[in-house]
Amino acid sequence: MKLYDVIIIGAGVIGTSIARELSRYKLDIALLEKEEELAFGVSKSNSGIIHPGTQNPPCSLKGKLCAQGNFLIRKISKELGVDFKEVGELIVAFNEAEIKELLRLKKEAEILGVYGLKIVDRAWLKENEPNLNNAAVCGLYAPTAGIISPYRFVYDLAENAIRNGVEIHTETKVINIIRVDGYFEIVTSKELFKTKYLINAAGLFADEISKMVGIDDFKIKPRKGEEFILDKKKENLTNHLIFPLPSKISKGVLIIKTADGNPMIGPTAEDIEDKEDLSTSDSGFSKVLLSARRLIPSINDKDIIAYFAGLRPVAGDDFIIRHEGKAHGFINVAGIQSPGLTASPAIALLVADILKNNGLALKKKLIFHAHRKKTAHIFASPFSKTKKLIKKDASYGDIVCRCEMVSAKEIKDAIKRGAKTMDGVKFRTRAQSGRCHGSFCATRIMKIMAEETRMPLTGITKRGRGSEIVKRDRATM
Amino acid sequence: MIKRDLVIVGGGPAGMAAAVSAYENGVKDILLIERDQYLGGILNQCIHTGFGINYFKEILTGPEYADRFIKKIKDIQDIEVSLKSLVVKLTNDKTVTFLKPGRLETVKAKAVIMATGCREKTREMIHIQGTRPAGIFSAGLAQKLINIEGLLPGKEVVIIGSGDIGLIMARRFALEGAKVKAIIEIQKETRGLLRNVVQCVEDFDIPFYFNHKISRIYGKDRVEKVSVMKVDDNFNEIPGSLFEIKCDTILISVGLISENELIEMAGVKIEENKTSVPGIFVCGNSFKIYDMVDSVTEDSILTGKLAAEYIMSCK
Repeated sequence: MKLYDVIIIGAGVIGTSIARELSRYKLDIALLEKEEELAFGVSKSNSGIIHPGTQNPPCSLKGKLCAQGNFLIRKISKELGVDFKEVGELIVAFNEAEIKELLRLKKEAEILGVYGLKIVDRAWLKENEPNLNNAAVCGLYAPTAGIISPYRFVYDLAENAIRNGVEIHTETKVINIIRVDGYFEIVTSKELFKTKYLINAAGLFADEISKMVGIDDFKIKPRKGEEFILDKKKENLTNHLIFPLPSKISKGVLIIKTADGNPMIGPTAEDIEDKEDLSTSDSGFSKVLLSARRLIPSINDKDIIAYFAGLRPVAGDDFIIRHEGKAHGFINVAGIQSPGLTASPAIALLVADILKNNGLALKKKLIFHAHRKKTAHIFASPFSKTKKLIKKDASYGDIVCRCEMVSAKEIKDAIKRGAKTMDGVKFRTRAQSGRCHGSFCATRIMKIMAEETRMPLTGITKRGRGSEIVKRDRATM
Repeated sequence: MIKRDLVIVGGGPAGMAAAVSAYENGVKDILLIERDQYLGGILNQCIHTGFGINYFKEILTGPEYADRFIKKIKDIQDIEVSLKSLVVKLTNDKTVTFLKPGRLETVKAKAVIMATGCREKTREMIHIQGTRPAGIFSAGLAQKLINIEGLLPGKEVVIIGSGDIGLIMARRFALEGAKVKAIIEIQKETRGLLRNVVQCVEDFDIPFYFNHKISRIYGKDRVEKVSVMKVDDNFNEIPGSLFEIKCDTILISVGLISENELIEMAGVKIEENKTSVPGIFVCGNSFKIYDMVDSVTEDSILTGKLAAEYIMSCK
């Protein structure tokens, strides 16, 4: 059996960031994921905000890693060809007491080195954010906040990690971990793995993984967030990310600009028990709509085209990132909720450091492929670029998803690059995520998948085994 | 940039009737743009009968009704059809940009008729609580899967809403051997045509629940069940009325909405069959939702004539 240097459990944004960072070094690395595709756990519900570092205490890991991550992600997104848009954010105050709070946030963020912060007055708000509630008295403007597509970021990190030698095993659920002679033996739903170092980035299930090596001092509590997506035609609803003042448990209901253009409102914050409960509720909807309208009164519920719920993996107030002395070689990276996406590149560096400090030799490879070619998206291309793409490949002009303008070529590319499910295609390309919810394009996408993968149509799933789209094919009866 | 007298967006019943009408009223340079690989639009998947009673005084299936117009269009040399072509932009100076395999084209027209049809309302628009597993389909998508692709979406079906497509699909599933467990309608009565209630529901003994609504969808990977409650006339829950129905499939049939995004994004307002911009017209279901295709045809014939008159007045 092969002995890996490092195995990472969990292929969300944290697991893939760590894998990609470690792939610079001469190491045998494997990344294990229980779902059929990457980013199908916590990361798939991420709102895609790259926070500036304004909302966590400067002494916390969250605060430090967020501020560092905001800086690092610019370089990584360039290397990977993922669009990072620095749209800036506004935290809005509605009265005198809130202004004091804004000043406190500004001061704390400045300790972390966040630059460009300024308090803006009503006139500034009116000019730069015309749809904002007139009752807003002032705001804290953070120009370094940005947006990114969270799933495309994960997929591109993974693709780059694979290019640099990382193995990724999907549908591989960790069942047990045994320590033998200084190694870890990992029993999974597929095969047995053996590794010197083991990194736990298992998101909602990090406590259960940690328990397998005998570390049982934290619990992951799911905190549900419901989010609501608006039609792309409302793309210019706001010019910035808009935040209210944060509460104790969350950043509040936000007006979010997304990398795909559709604005999003939410999330709620509700502590629950079930780690698989992704249901949405009427109460969540009314709460979000009410809070969002306090910021932007003109939001119309008719413009909401989709909604979903995600679970934040909460383990107390801060991230848990540490080597466990009681199980040498085991590193917990747990409780990574917001601002986890922003912090992910900084977390990856920190984990590399922890490995080094605990005896793993990090020797740079002669050649590390830092760059990957940017994936083309018709919806994000001006006509001049679309023309060039079509010239290169005619099927860029063959539009499959009309609501979001996704071509047959993009769907084929997504499948070639690893999409195995309808959701995988959706996250990579946006096909089926528009106002008709795939009513018009689902059959065409299924046929392209069947063609590209030689899978029967009845085998095509929404998000893995058990979620087959259709039950029976007449042709095979 | 190519110039045309008339560009029609959409090759369904509305666009086809408008094209023929405009031609008969004197327009000799027409481009009909259709995103699918065939003309006919949604009629192609409507293999049931009931089309053409008013307009042709005959009972036809959807594809038969479409064929009558497809034949006419093919016979008219002055109508050029561009298939697999998706219009991505309309501007208020009557410029239309579309993509097709191998090409991006921009056409400047004297007049434009938007005949882009409609789409179905989604589960998201009526806010049903619960999970989002596989097995939730719009009635139209289920119809396409069965009638065009030969795939059966599910075996135990609950239909939400009693629009005509939902009723027709109740029968279609029953004919395929699936069990249609319920049609759930929040209103006191159906929104569908009486003939569909009789022929598609009553004849197949499918349970019809009026004044009821789905309160939650359950299931992690695939739909497992729904909970249903009785409501009063204000759609409030009647306490104690909650019950569950096991199913693997949910069809949503709660109405249609006009597809007007291109018009809206061009900053153009719809005013009857005309718009706020002289020379841009709209007809068929993209103008308003019709119950019968026959009415779509009548509406589009009128619009084709209006467009022809407008083009003539420009000369």
